Amino acid sequence: MPEFVKSEFVVPAGHAILAPMSLKVAPGDHICLLGPSGIGKTTLLNRLTGLERGQPRPTLRIGYLFQEHRLLPWRTLRDNLRLVGVGRDQVEPLLARVGLEQAADRYPDQLSLGMARRAALARCLAMRPDLLLLDEPFASLDPHRADELKRLIRTLLKQFPAMAMICVTHEARDAEALANRIWYLAGRPAHLRYDARLDAETHAGLARRLDALGRQASGESLSIES
Amino acid sequence: MRRSALACWVVLPLLVGLWGVLAWQLDTSLLPSPAAVLNTLQREAASGELQRHLAVTLQRVALSFLLAMAFGTLIGIAMGRLVWLDALLDPLLVLLLNLPALVLIILLYVWFGLVEAAAILAVVINKVPNVAVTLREGARSLDPRLEQMARAYGFSPLMRLRHVWLPQLFPYLMAATRGGLALIWKIVLVVELLGRSDGVGFQLHLAFQVFDVAGLLAYSLAFIAIVQLIELGLLQPLERRATRWRRTGVEHA
Repeated sequence: MPEFVKSEFVVPAGHAILAPMSLKVAPGDHICLLGPSGIGKTTLLNRLTGLERGQPRPTLRIGYLFQEHRLLPWRTLRDNLRLVGVGRDQVEPLLARVGLEQAADRYPDQLSLGMARRAALARCLAMRPDLLLLDEPFASLDPHRADELKRLIRTLLKQFPAMAMICVTHEARDAEALANRIWYLAGRPAHLRYDARLDAETHAGLARRLDALGRQASGESLSIES
Repeated sequence: MRRSALACWVVLPLLVGLWGVLAWQLDTSLLPSPAAVLNTLQREAASGELQRHLAVTLQRVALSFLLAMAFGTLIGIAMGRLVWLDALLDPLLVLLLNLPALVLIILLYVWFGLVEAAAILAVVINKVPNVAVTLREGARSLDPRLEQMARAYGFSPLMRLRHVWLPQLFPYLMAATRGGLALIWKIVLVVELLGRSDGVGFQLHLAFQVFDVAGLLAYSLAFIAIVQLIELGLLQPLERRATRWRRTGVEHA
């Protein structure tokens, strides 16, 4: 996969939810995007993918794991993957990567939530993405399944070192497990309150730091409401 | 399956039996017995008249059905997706929905003469608004989350139509088809009765003039049987095939 050079995403002034900002993502960046609920994290991912009205198609290849699996329920996993350009003999190996060797001819509704999410992750990989976007990949999974998926994502990040990732999450623990960079989105309109690389030292203080950011953000929204 | 079997083997024979008894009791030419109707049916079939008129009517039904479905679907989807077009065409749609079929048929015959094109056009214009309203509902209910998915994964317009839209619109297309067949063949008979010189409607007209109830019933029953065959042989298998994925989901749950 040809490596992309540092890429810049711009949110122009006048956006309904997001403040003007310019975000730089480099190959190998594993970013965890945190922030209060409903602040605009998913909006930001949609923006990066070029899904907003009037946006051109992005120049990067992006694999977007939506919160719901969003596989076509009337097509089998095989057909869902064939539709995004997976070769006939590549379907099974690709599913094997996410631990779904036997499921190629099943329909999405026949899968459990965790399996469906992994199948959707396989579809992300089929794009050979420069940038992998994950929108709360661990939400509504039981702790065991969530850990399993976390391990799988770590393995994939190691296998594709040039691939960048942005993962929306609420948990500092997810950030510790997956990220080498943290974004914190807060305020109205939402802007990037915090953007830092993680090394061993910041890893230790991460939970406390995020806690403080969370308290600050909720304090602001309280003062706005009152 | 059990319920349709009940209809086929219990309710229908019972109805024919009742009709037979009634016809035998009344003993009038205004209610011929089932045997007399069957006799007429055989006589018409032997002379080839039945087949000829059925074929002509079926052809008109098929042509106007295809045209009405095509235009109605296009208009309905466009109205469901484009707010300004919906606002523009909605009053027209309401007007056409409430225009009696008979008025339209008479007007078109008066304007264009008793020609085939006027007949077909009258049926099509009668049916298009129903299809459009149904498909508009379908287009409005298209899942925006799958639209985003299709965009993020670079689906071409054709792929989007075939793999994202069509499966979602399928129940609406089926509803329009079912209602369409039933409505269209009834209007076609009226069109034939008023201004054509062949087809089942024309035969019914002739039978009416001489109070030939046996002929009337023979031709209507023959056509009802054909519509039933289309339903059983074409629509139901199509529906079973297209909704297979739904049942697998239920079986899993």
